[in-house]
Amino acid sequence: MREGQIRIPSGCAISGVFDRSGRRMSGDAIIRSMEVMHDRSNGLGGGFAAYGIYPDYKDYYALHVFYDQALARKECEAFLERHFDIINLSKIPTRKMKAITDEPLIWRYFVAPLPTRLADSQLDEREYVVKCVFRVNREIEGAYVFSSGKNMGVFKAVGFPEDVGRFYRLEDYEGYCFTAHGRYPTNTPGWWGGAHPFALLDYSVVHNGEISSYDANRRAIEMHGYTCTLLTDTEVITYIIDYLHRRKQLTLTEIASVIAAPFWQTIDRLPDDQQASFIYLRNVFASQLLTGPFSILAGFEGGLMALNDRLKLRSMVVGEKGDKVYFASEESAMRMIEPSLDHVWSPRGGEAVIVRLNGGNTSGC
Amino acid sequence: MAVNYYDPEYEVVRLDERCISCRVCERQCANEVHSFLPETGKMASDETKCVNCQRCVSLCPTHALKIVRSSNQYKDNANWSRKTMNEIYRQADSGGVLLSSMGNPEPYPVYFDRILLNASQVTNPSIDPLREPMETRVFLGAKPESIQRDDTGRIVNNLPPQIDLAMPIMFSAMSYGSISYNAHESLARAAEALGILYNTGEGGLHEDFYRYGPQTIVQVASGRFGVHPDYLNSGAAIEIKMGQGAKPGIGGHLPGRKIVDDVSRTRMIPVGSDAISPAPHHDIYSIEDLRQLVDSLKEATHYTKPVIVKIAAVHQVSAIASGIARSGADIIAIDGFRGGTGAAPTRIRDHVGIPIELALASVDQRLRDEGIRDRVSLVVGGSIRSSADVVKALALGADCVYIATAALLALGCHLCRSCHAGKCNWGIATQVPELVKRLNPEIGYQRLVNLMTAWQHEIKEMMGGMGINSIESLKGNRLMLRGVDLTAKELAILGIRHAGE
Amino acid sequence: MKRVYVNEQWCLACHLCEYYCALAGTSQTDMARALKGITIRPNLRLEEKGGISFAVSCRHCEDPVCVKSCITGALTIKDGLIAIDRDLCIGCYTCILTCPYGAVSPSTDGAVQKCELCVQTEAGTPACVRGCPNGAIVFEERG
Repeated sequence: MREGQIRIPSGCAISGVFDRSGRRMSGDAIIRSMEVMHDRSNGLGGGFAAYGIYPDYKDYYALHVFYDQALARKECEAFLERHFDIINLSKIPTRKMKAITDEPLIWRYFVAPLPTRLADSQLDEREYVVKCVFRVNREIEGAYVFSSGKNMGVFKAVGFPEDVGRFYRLEDYEGYCFTAHGRYPTNTPGWWGGAHPFALLDYSVVHNGEISSYDANRRAIEMHGYTCTLLTDTEVITYIIDYLHRRKQLTLTEIASVIAAPFWQTIDRLPDDQQASFIYLRNVFASQLLTGPFSILAGFEGGLMALNDRLKLRSMVVGEKGDKVYFASEESAMRMIEPSLDHVWSPRGGEAVIVRLNGGNTSGC
Repeated sequence: MAVNYYDPEYEVVRLDERCISCRVCERQCANEVHSFLPETGKMASDETKCVNCQRCVSLCPTHALKIVRSSNQYKDNANWSRKTMNEIYRQADSGGVLLSSMGNPEPYPVYFDRILLNASQVTNPSIDPLREPMETRVFLGAKPESIQRDDTGRIVNNLPPQIDLAMPIMFSAMSYGSISYNAHESLARAAEALGILYNTGEGGLHEDFYRYGPQTIVQVASGRFGVHPDYLNSGAAIEIKMGQGAKPGIGGHLPGRKIVDDVSRTRMIPVGSDAISPAPHHDIYSIEDLRQLVDSLKEATHYTKPVIVKIAAVHQVSAIASGIARSGADIIAIDGFRGGTGAAPTRIRDHVGIPIELALASVDQRLRDEGIRDRVSLVVGGSIRSSADVVKALALGADCVYIATAALLALGCHLCRSCHAGKCNWGIATQVPELVKRLNPEIGYQRLVNLMTAWQHEIKEMMGGMGINSIESLKGNRLMLRGVDLTAKELAILGIRHAGE
Repeated sequence: MKRVYVNEQWCLACHLCEYYCALAGTSQTDMARALKGITIRPNLRLEEKGGISFAVSCRHCEDPVCVKSCITGALTIKDGLIAIDRDLCIGCYTCILTCPYGAVSPSTDGAVQKCELCVQTEAGTPACVRGCPNGAIVFEERG
């Protein structure tokens, strides 16, 4: 049994740290932050997303791929060669650990779309990459691309998150932003691809919750060319964010008011001009509304958005210290790595907390 | 008097110890079943005339009456049922097509009854509608393909005309003529009080009801009765009626005796003339013709009204719906084979068309497969009997449902299926003034408001149980459904799993 | 003051008001038992002619001639309600003669009977109003 064959409800722990100055920090801190929340996971999934970790290859898409067997790798690499210029390829360095077993082959490729193929496809470059990722995941048995952004990467496995972080030697990476996830599924998937974060291009999502709108969201997003293979909330939320941000060019604030839309009774109290835009968004993007409990950290190039469901049915706190902003399911997870926070608050349901690099590229955000 | 080959269907049972001979039954029966015998001071019945509308039973102040199926029996025969035999006797008598009213009563599977809903346990919380907001507002209409912004970056409202509903239920088409003025007034006023819409049906709009315009869907059917520019512009939306679930493929016939003064003026036809709606629209022999009518109606209303195209659920319904979605329609209404009617040939009603649940599931999936689901909203009718049916229809993929039979039941209808006789004892499907006055719209509208309010409460309870607090998250959410007692094929068409999976 | 009014537009001439009135005049709740085999003597009567019908009962006039004509003081008006004290009534029927609406009638025990808005028998709404199936009899405040 693996993800995608059945839908598995999960509880979770999430944590994130973002340095607005862009100063890079080691991945060690985020591991320690997750370790405190050990009991919020049950050892059946953990993972990290790290931004700013590949400065030497920042212009190339970093594809992280799981292979069940060598044959899948051969097939996948042949596909990648037909569609991309592969600048660099290697196994992702890992550490042998008792707590992490049954690892697949884990490879990393830095690639650029082949200019002729890209031109022939008549697609925008990012859409081209998305299409290729979907094709590998759908069509090549035993191959699974789980990270595809530039200058960022996802590292995930079956295990407790702190073990997963050490397995991937996260302390050897330096980035301006890390998010992390520990999973408490009610079932035993035992497949690494099903762990979180879930990512597409530079969008990554860690999520704690179980959205009741799942199948409404899934069927709606699949109409726009996305294929949901995992049957997880995180997958569908990532696609929704990609769809709204990249394809529909909504701002993050607008995205927040789509996926955690204010209640009509709140909208009714707003001045007319503001009302109009909320009504418009709720109407046009009705199928992208998420209901049920969630707290998510949505990472993207140069920024991070934290968001709770409209009723705040899942915990999430935010803390600040200088340029750094911390996010976690529990305050202890932030205090573990920064005991003297300047201030700590608990965002309201549906209230997006958006942080970006100072002076960074904020176009479209 | 000639011999009646068929036996009376019902028996009037009068409990002598309860009957006080108040003669209410006699006065209330337009079919003249009951009579008073002065010599005995007792009531008598002529059961051959009884249609089992239950008016006498409901009004009897001492509960002395019941109507039961006649215990008379033909010789047992598993092939030739009493119903079939009686139909043959009737046709041999009259030489005519058998007529019926209201929806298909035959024992075909009711898929809604084989679908069960989900609820939250442990892994996510259910939501209490008494404590938290629980939203049922829906918009119907096409959604724009792209987002446009002005120079300041603000989103420009580029939405095509929409329908804004307080809950995903509308009263479906019932013409003035087929139902009474008071029934129409009850529906219009209830729609206004509830923040939903009612539908004129194909009979035009009575001049008194123009003031309910924002609550009105004005229908354009093949007979084009009562259609003129003011009519089209008076409503919130325009519906082109291509078909009706109760009688796919055939037109309509409102007998001349129902074309009384007001009805004649509203329909723009002479008093006493039969109102015949042709089977097809004679300007629509193909899908490209439909596009022209859609465009004409939009032009006539300056592109301010969404256009609904209503079809009956038939075998190729998903392909047809896909064609309609590409024809400029904003909303597709699909009417299942259990949908009601004021009059239809019995054989058509009982043997043509398909169940709405299957039609809906396949249309919704087809439109998604083709990537055009956002171009149209889907409204389904054809026997939505309860709030549970509403929730199941939405989870299968509908944006909204149409109800009519349930609304008529709220007004007193007991499904005697004799609308075509024009002597509705409940004042609904009649134009006889002394019968029409039996439906006081003040009471009627309140009962409709009560019914819809009750359903809305129940919908909220079911949503809350699933952990859903906004109706849009229910739409197409088929994971919330499970089938029982269904074959693999049926489950595949419905796009749901079996219970236990 | 709330009074009984009729909306003749909605009257179906079903006569149920008369039966509910008659039942209210008994101390029973089961109409079949209370009214079986008797000729009812309700305090309101349905008038009908042609297609028009409506229930007629005491108007509780502001300046009632019945009260004026009552020689024993059995009929009184108090807070707008005209009531009958059956112990004082001697059955002279002057009130019956003078009432322009025919709303007072003889009873079986010698005294006259009339509508007293069910104040003695019903907590809230008069029985005829509650029993009317079509809202043709209402109990309401009108200016």
